[in-house]
Amino acid sequence: MFENLSYLALQQYWWVIISLLGALFVFLTFVQGGQTLLYTIGKTPNERTMLVNTLGRKWEFTFTTLVTFGGAFFASFPLFYATSFGGAYWVWIAILFFFVIQAVSYEFRTKPGNFLGRKTYEAFLFLNGAFGTILIGTAVGTFFNGAEFSLNDMNNVHWETPYRGLEAVLTFHNVALGLSVFFLARVLGALYFMNSVDSAMVLERSKRQVLLNAIPFLVVFLYFLIYLLLKDGFAYNAEGVYIEKYKYLNNLLELPVVAVLLLLGVVGVLYGIAVALLKKSTSGIWFAGGGTVLTVFALFLIAGLNGTAFYPSAFELQDSLTIENASSSHFTLKVMSYASLGVPVVIAYIWWVWKAMNSKKIDEAEMQDEDSHAY
Amino acid sequence: MLETIDLSLVNWSRAQFALTAMYHWVFVPLTLGLAVIIAIMETLYVKTGDVEWKKITKFWMTLFGINFAIGVATGIILEFEFGTNWSNYSWFVGDIFGAPLAIEGIFAFFMESTFIAVMFFGWNKVSKKVHLTATWLTAFGASLSALWILVANAWMQNPVGMHFNPETVRNEMINFWEVLFSPTAIYKFLHTITSGFVLAGVFVIGISSWFLLKKREVVFARKSIVVAAVFGIVSSIYLAFTGDSSARDIAQNQPMKFAAFEGLYNGSEGAGLIAMGFMSTTETDPSNENLLDFNMKIEIPNILSYMAYMDWNAFVPGINDLIDGNEKYGYMSADEKIERGKVAMAKLKAFKEAKDQDNEQLAERLKTEFMDPDFQQNYFSYFGYGYLTDKNMLIPNVPLSFYSFHVMVGLGFYFIVFFCFALFYALKGRLEQKRKFLRLAIWSIPMAYLASQAGWIVAEVGRQPWVIQDLMPTVAAVTKISSSAVQTTFWLFAIIFTLLLIAELKIMFRQIKIGPKMDGGQH
Repeated sequence: MFENLSYLALQQYWWVIISLLGALFVFLTFVQGGQTLLYTIGKTPNERTMLVNTLGRKWEFTFTTLVTFGGAFFASFPLFYATSFGGAYWVWIAILFFFVIQAVSYEFRTKPGNFLGRKTYEAFLFLNGAFGTILIGTAVGTFFNGAEFSLNDMNNVHWETPYRGLEAVLTFHNVALGLSVFFLARVLGALYFMNSVDSAMVLERSKRQVLLNAIPFLVVFLYFLIYLLLKDGFAYNAEGVYIEKYKYLNNLLELPVVAVLLLLGVVGVLYGIAVALLKKSTSGIWFAGGGTVLTVFALFLIAGLNGTAFYPSAFELQDSLTIENASSSHFTLKVMSYASLGVPVVIAYIWWVWKAMNSKKIDEAEMQDEDSHAY
Repeated sequence: MLETIDLSLVNWSRAQFALTAMYHWVFVPLTLGLAVIIAIMETLYVKTGDVEWKKITKFWMTLFGINFAIGVATGIILEFEFGTNWSNYSWFVGDIFGAPLAIEGIFAFFMESTFIAVMFFGWNKVSKKVHLTATWLTAFGASLSALWILVANAWMQNPVGMHFNPETVRNEMINFWEVLFSPTAIYKFLHTITSGFVLAGVFVIGISSWFLLKKREVVFARKSIVVAAVFGIVSSIYLAFTGDSSARDIAQNQPMKFAAFEGLYNGSEGAGLIAMGFMSTTETDPSNENLLDFNMKIEIPNILSYMAYMDWNAFVPGINDLIDGNEKYGYMSADEKIERGKVAMAKLKAFKEAKDQDNEQLAERLKTEFMDPDFQQNYFSYFGYGYLTDKNMLIPNVPLSFYSFHVMVGLGFYFIVFFCFALFYALKGRLEQKRKFLRLAIWSIPMAYLASQAGWIVAEVGRQPWVIQDLMPTVAAVTKISSSAVQTTFWLFAIIFTLLLIAELKIMFRQIKIGPKMDGGQH
């Protein structure tokens, strides 16, 4: 079925998959957001144990999605993998570091003889939650604002600043995206607690956190979005890469489906927040989560489709990466496209397991039951 | 095209990759094997309904969980390190290498991480049979993940199923099945995965022996030992066979690695296998510190020839034959290969220049010449040699390869005997009396880890200087970054991984001391 697709169609297909993975990842950062709220929402050790356990059953999805995002990017757009990871070294190493310390923390936190102590592992969870989200958001911000690299005749990357990617924080628009992801993750984390923990106090405090984080989220996100739609963008055609006025706004106008997705996404997030605050509903996570997926999906799409350079070089415009010059070969994309047909099966069993494991809200009694593997 | 090479950068980048890979490999083999052992134990529980089996399953599952978490932590670094530290590599072969990594993520990691949640938290949430299925799927997911990453690794050792595209300056896949079913990949997968099974078998027997020595949990320990010993015997015998096939594959595709881990300097017909040997510190060749003599060696005649070519009298090339060439047996000298590699590079460069100058006619002609099968065969196959400045760069660290290989093989045979004794004593009901054996069983655990690490040292040190055999040496693959940056991250990871390893070991020891509980441990 992929045999007849053109090279460009496959490149677009893979950009859509990458966008979807990125979108799912941002939704799943409710785990990270929740980790930063452990002490704010959990006031007693028992409450914190419930919070850690409800996140602990999901953290691997977020982690695995990140790893798969990396793997899929490598397979479909290897030049991005080589250029960004090798070039923006410090940013990626920092992100990795904050995910390494997360991976052990759930399992080790309450185990006797855990050497570093419970507080350290909780601090690891906090650091992962805060820096993991901010740094990834900031790094993705460079998709819209460019990065300081050039490529030689072997397509090998040269980074043009000694800061190796850390200079991305000097562009406020990048940071605004980082902070948006951070506050959104906290909103989603609090919504997830409301949905999965059976405790009146947790519910009340989570609700408060939804409000407290929704405000800064909306401020930075709207700034990010409006600035994005008004700024110049990096376009390309057969002649090369060039700056186009209102490129991202134009993309939305020229790809109305994407504009609708973005709109639906933003409305979904707002609705999820609103039902949690106003209607005392605990299903805000599903609306806000679905909205997050749509919003991020749409943002990724306008970063790479419609003749847009998705990883622009602010140093040497013509070295900017596009889905056409950074992709794998036609053959590899075809092979990978067949592999992608397995994704619905994967999503189906994840969905089934999620339902089976979350059928009943977590409560204190369950934490006492050793068969439940309390963290 | 080729810029100044900073050897300190290459070495630190290699050190960092070795550090993360070796730490990762401390945890992975146990995950691979213990997952299967646990699944077998839980199957026995579901079949027999005997709650003792549930208790046994849950105890080993606790240790599995602790080990799994840190395996995940060390694994993420490895995947991204291809980009961060080996970015030129990532572009040069990403078209082939990326695919197995992505497939691993989509299929294997999700399977593992989804069903592990059911395995740990699902006891009271799903039926017994569904739980058992989840446990088997976790084990299957772990092995599937090993398959894909080993396919990727095998491809680096023996690149197949691709061609070089001068337009994009990279290698591109032309046959996925050749990559997946390359004999190198199959042997590597089977050998590596069974090594994990053996390690887990030794681990279970060793820890169960500790309980027997302490006269605690006797029934638990005996039952665990029986399962682990049967599993271990099958796995260790299979391990030996796959090791043999792997060695033959290496002799064909990576003769230098083969010569290095055998300590074979001068090739011969009917070459003997050095069963045991100690290298002196004397250099046989003052120009190369790698070439050391043997102080003592026990050699079994003709075996090496048979091992490599299934022919008792076949010629096996030694390091000198591969470096200086051997016309009689058709081995080209390293200098000649380097020359040919440079010719291939020069043509590529000329093609790129013609493209840059928009001289389409010249570019087209050069491309045709470059893609000509004869040129590909006689020149491009040596492309990677063009990066080398000295033929001695082609010799890997011989003592390290030699000792690692011999330690691995020696211990591999020891484990077969060990498992047989464990099963024999267990079936005779005499385990508790064999206190020396029980102690030996505990000490066998670090030996299994040693053998396991040695295996990867053979595989990776033995193939130096290549990242991709004959096509790309480490010097060309490395990300151009300051060596001090890599040093910093090396120490950062060294410290954090060491801290986490200490934590893991302390938690493991504590859980073992607590022992199994009827309710299933601390979880």
